[in-house]
Amino acid sequence: MNIKIEELIQIYLRAYKIRETEEQIAKNYSNGQMRCPTHLSIGQELVPSIYAHFVSNYDYAVSTHRAHAHYLAKGGNLNEMIAEIYGKESGCSKGLGGSMHLIDKSVGFMGSTAIVGGTIPIGVGLALSIKIKKEDRLSTVFLGDGSSEEGVFYESLNFAALKDLPVIFICENNLYSVYSNLEVRQPKNRKIYNLAKAIGIESSHANGYDIEDTYTKLKDAINYVRKKKKPFFIELDTYRFREHCGPNYDNELGYREVSEYENFLKIDPLISLKKYLLENLSEEELTSHEEKINQEIKDAFEFAEQSAWPKYENINKYLYKESM
Amino acid sequence: MREVSFAQAINEALETALRIDSSVIKYGLGVTDPLGVFNTTKGLEEKFGSQRVFDMPTAENGMTGVAIGAAIGGLKPIMTHQRLDFFLLAMDQLVNNASKFHFMFGGKLNVPITIRLIIGRGWGQGPTHSQNLQSWFAHIPGLKVVMPTSPRDAKGLLLESIFDPNPVIFLEHRWLHNMTGEVDESDDFRIEIGKCEILRKGIDITIVAMSYMSIEALHAAKKLEEHNISCEVVDIKTITPLDWPTIFKSVEKTKRVIVLDTATEFGSVATDIVAKISMKYHDILKMAPNLIALPNIPSPTSYSLTKEYYKDAKDIVFEISKMFGKTVNLDNFMEKTHHDIPGDWFKGPF
Repeated sequence: MNIKIEELIQIYLRAYKIRETEEQIAKNYSNGQMRCPTHLSIGQELVPSIYAHFVSNYDYAVSTHRAHAHYLAKGGNLNEMIAEIYGKESGCSKGLGGSMHLIDKSVGFMGSTAIVGGTIPIGVGLALSIKIKKEDRLSTVFLGDGSSEEGVFYESLNFAALKDLPVIFICENNLYSVYSNLEVRQPKNRKIYNLAKAIGIESSHANGYDIEDTYTKLKDAINYVRKKKKPFFIELDTYRFREHCGPNYDNELGYREVSEYENFLKIDPLISLKKYLLENLSEEELTSHEEKINQEIKDAFEFAEQSAWPKYENINKYLYKESM
Repeated sequence: MREVSFAQAINEALETALRIDSSVIKYGLGVTDPLGVFNTTKGLEEKFGSQRVFDMPTAENGMTGVAIGAAIGGLKPIMTHQRLDFFLLAMDQLVNNASKFHFMFGGKLNVPITIRLIIGRGWGQGPTHSQNLQSWFAHIPGLKVVMPTSPRDAKGLLLESIFDPNPVIFLEHRWLHNMTGEVDESDDFRIEIGKCEILRKGIDITIVAMSYMSIEALHAAKKLEEHNISCEVVDIKTITPLDWPTIFKSVEKTKRVIVLDTATEFGSVATDIVAKISMKYHDILKMAPNLIALPNIPSPTSYSLTKEYYKDAKDIVFEISKMFGKTVNLDNFMEKTHHDIPGDWFKGPF
């Protein structure tokens, strides 16, 4: 591959951390301590893991109901994420948000929300603040294929194009809106990235399971926003392995062909990336990195379990922000 | 003190806010057009530049989200819609994002946005240009809902709203825009959100009212005084958070209450206030609380239908005098050339 091995190790470990964290969530979900809707990104780790390679904590990002991968890739605090899913006061949103409402401002992760398309204009508004305040950063909007069917998608892209705002739209197309295939939602042969282009935003498309393709196109896209101070839209094909919401598999429902799922499983980029890395470094070295991450995850679950519940007597505390 | 119109007071508040704080931005459809949203935004773009004061795409929901994003990025956006009804396209961003962010992110974000909405009445504004949805907004925890009556309140409350760290819905009744009143000389004065004001003291009955109905209440109170009924007029000014103590104190004194609402009755601010007072004071009230609101029907357009549909001082005098078992002659009281305009200055179209 035409990417430095050191970079690939970082990308792999970021993706590994996301996958393993979510595997642990899935494994422990049935214990009944994570009592909130939880949308796993297993299968979709590569795109955010490569994205994170080209941004800093100073750059903004907003995300969707399926936000764990984006939050963790951006560097969001793992302990606080697990505690948030546990509904504990030590959670990133004090236990008031749950899995779908994650935030870590210290790394520029400005929030994820549960309504499809809901954060698209939020990311554009952040870009407006960057432009007006003349700051040297960019805003990132993570969105899915479904949100491109919402009116607010068009409204937000139109404004970003109108005002030349420094925002990158990263559209992860995993083919499904819950159990509804793209085919019943959008006309055949019309690509989402072409929609963006028609609205007036430069765009590109990459195979989100191809490491080099994703790396190159994301790098170019982010460089474009930084240099030109204009919006860019990139669509990446990806796939979720588990059910829409929850820890299990849902192929038995029959909304997608098992063969389709198995075909994606066969080209799981984490497995091919690991294989490639092992050709270039020792198994011991990679395993020691992985074990360090495993320990972090174990610690995060312990942290969540041992944390205190929020108290009902403080329920009013965040209704309004007090005036200074 | 100077005599200033409500619209001019709004314009002054915007000018002050933009001047004293460079993080304030102002946008909305028509903000920079030649009419300047009923003169409320005139001259602002020229003074503060088109990066901070601008017209916008016809995209109410998206642009509300943009305001929220800009707010968490450190700006203080003020949006305007020429009718409240247009803003209904933005309920997702308002209800699911603006009102929730501070709570659902555990206090990590706050959304200092102000959304000015103008409410029409008469001149055929009809079903989709004259909705009074203050109770809708008030129903959403996390929002503040402000509804000024006087020019002084318009300015002081708008400045307070702009610099409040929370999302504020700022409701302007179109029939107030040309009314004049005394406004402070100082270009920057604030009026606290969450406080009612007693516009007129009285001992026999408390009239709780809001926005344009407070003006009608004052006319009615004057007329009723001629018939020895002393009305205390409480202007709500902030719908949420509502200043219950001021209302309670007045009712404890007068032991009678009528609540006036600019909106349709069911699920209204008026029914909520009546309910709370009934529950709290059933043993001291001298009679059942009363209310005047619009029927639960969309606003009609036709000149022939709006006369009975809308309520004014005559209806208030009639209702209160009935409560006291009196009959008041309403001939020649508050006669106007036409019932469907705030004054002869109003020549339409909206």
